[in-house]
Amino acid sequence: MHPLEFMSQTLLDKVWQAHTVRTLPNGATQLLIGTHLIHEVTSPQAFGMLRDLGLKVLYPKRTFATVDHIVPTDERVEPFSDELADAMIKALRKNCEESGITFFDLPTGKQGIVHIVGPEQGITQPGTTIACGDSHTSTHGAFGAIAFGIGTSQVRDVLATQTMALHKPKVRRINVNGKLAPGVYAKDVILHIIRKLGVNGGLGYAYEYGGTTFDAFTQEERMTVCNMSIEGGARVGYVNPDETTFEYLKGRPYSPKGGEWDAAVARWKAIASDHDASYDDVVTYDAAEIAPTVTWGINPGQAMFIHEKVPFPNEVPEKDRATAEEALAHMNLTSGVPIKGTKVDVAFLGSCTNGRLSDLQEVAKHLKGRKVREGVKAIVVPGSQGVASVAESMGLAEIFRDAGFEWRGAGCSMCLGMNPDKLVGDQLCASSSNRNFKGRQGSPTGRTMLMSPLMVAAAAVTGEISDAREVFGVN
Amino acid sequence: MALEKITQVAGRGVYVPGDDLDTDRIIPARFMKCITFDGLGEFAFYDARAFAKEAGEVHPLDDLRFEGASILLSGSNFGCGSSREHAPQALCRFGIRAIIAESFAEIFFGNSITLGMPCVVASGEDIRSIAKLIESDPQAMLTLDLTEKKLSIADTDFPVTIADHAHEALVSGRWDAIADLLEGVDAVNERAASLPYMAA
Repeated sequence: MHPLEFMSQTLLDKVWQAHTVRTLPNGATQLLIGTHLIHEVTSPQAFGMLRDLGLKVLYPKRTFATVDHIVPTDERVEPFSDELADAMIKALRKNCEESGITFFDLPTGKQGIVHIVGPEQGITQPGTTIACGDSHTSTHGAFGAIAFGIGTSQVRDVLATQTMALHKPKVRRINVNGKLAPGVYAKDVILHIIRKLGVNGGLGYAYEYGGTTFDAFTQEERMTVCNMSIEGGARVGYVNPDETTFEYLKGRPYSPKGGEWDAAVARWKAIASDHDASYDDVVTYDAAEIAPTVTWGINPGQAMFIHEKVPFPNEVPEKDRATAEEALAHMNLTSGVPIKGTKVDVAFLGSCTNGRLSDLQEVAKHLKGRKVREGVKAIVVPGSQGVASVAESMGLAEIFRDAGFEWRGAGCSMCLGMNPDKLVGDQLCASSSNRNFKGRQGSPTGRTMLMSPLMVAAAAVTGEISDAREVFGVN
Repeated sequence: MALEKITQVAGRGVYVPGDDLDTDRIIPARFMKCITFDGLGEFAFYDARAFAKEAGEVHPLDDLRFEGASILLSGSNFGCGSSREHAPQALCRFGIRAIIAESFAEIFFGNSITLGMPCVVASGEDIRSIAKLIESDPQAMLTLDLTEKKLSIADTDFPVTIADHAHEALVSGRWDAIADLLEGVDAVNERAASLPYMAA
């Protein structure tokens, strides 16, 4: 292809073009999915459908499995006490064995949340297409991959054909420029973006994140932002790959090796959006405007800065008023009262949003020598066995334990309460996860407030929603 | 694999009001501990229905007046959140055959179309008008006509919209893409061979 044909294209344009197999009779694109990630919750039915149709996995080497949603994080000996959970891990094991799929199973030391394992292993690479039966698959976009969360029928489609029927999204460029203030993190950036653009503002769009704030972000910070694209309604979110990306990938188990490395980096550089690429929409934010953010409601767009007061329903746009009233009732919060000081029962540090090594390092740095407030249940769930083992060797686990946090095994845990880690009754949880939906953390009346990992630690230490900058003297 | 051409869905309606009704609300995660979709129907909106019962109220899906309804009406951003196909599967197995809302979250929409369950968009005003008509006569028949892109109830027509590709997929009987995708396998292999990371 002549290089000029690549001018003025976004990364999404280029990746889409490189992976288009053909146009289907209904006008959809049959798009090649280079990398398929599966887990125990959304794949067993897909394997069942394959069997019903008499089909086999077409590219078993391009599917990778792990177990994350249902694994206990304390007692991990099989059989699990939860028979259904035990049946699910066994089904995945059997399906992987029969199809020749690599399974990062519990005994491998490589198990973890699928969106943490993929990057950690170097499976997630720039310019690729990735699909997984989980909406937070957008995480992988941090590497300049186009990554889709999919349903189980599409898991079947990818297993059987390594493709899916898709329609090309529009692209919204989201610029964030400037330096974040101390104590303000990538999590605050994405919560701010969702608050501004709305929980359905991204419908039909892929979000391309850029600007000087993103240029300065580490790979793990970019993952935190891309992870929550779906909470803003965008199925796909990505950052153009750069030296930070290549540095992260170098030497990982599945990264290109030897002479292949240089060729891969050359391809990855070329896949980034062109400087004169045109976008369907562009929005720009100033990093200096962003303060530590917490959610007060039942969707991630219902967010506020830590120094603000709980809104009155008539302060939100009319169309959002009914939801705001429902949220205030569920959260048992009073309008007009500062959010700071809200009593917290549980502190959860983990998830595919904020369960990576840098998250734990940042918290441990400030938590050292401090104690979790009596009466608060605080747990740390590393995102993967890899994260856990490095954190342990660095002494982080000890810092957390000394402070009164429970140090757990890797998994999704209390982000969605599919394992034994659940809220009880109407407990309020300061959580580093991604969703504050009603009932999300395993108790129908449980209450979730989303925030950065350090804000979770501040809540754990004080027993109430607090400004981490004050609690830990961050300035 | 010839699929039914879905041009029309007829049935009684039920209105579940609210915006941003997420997939955790439609099917709480604890009910996803399963290896088949069988039996998910009874868990549709499980917690919302239980809350209503506790409060001495009746959730629309438990209201005997709307029992057997197959067309669900709701607000904007319906099905946001998780990609779990368990959500449309649960609704389908509950007996829902079509959904009318102000807007749909993308993954939920795609999952529903793949099951042959049309999701069409109507204005909030029209949805509330239809809800009133259902409330005053729960036995009233609704007809969703995908060819004419309208919803009819009691001699009144309301315009609905649906993305062209989904419309085409439903009316042409190609809503489950697997057969079309399988036909392209030779081209898939060719495309895969052109990509270094797949060939490696």
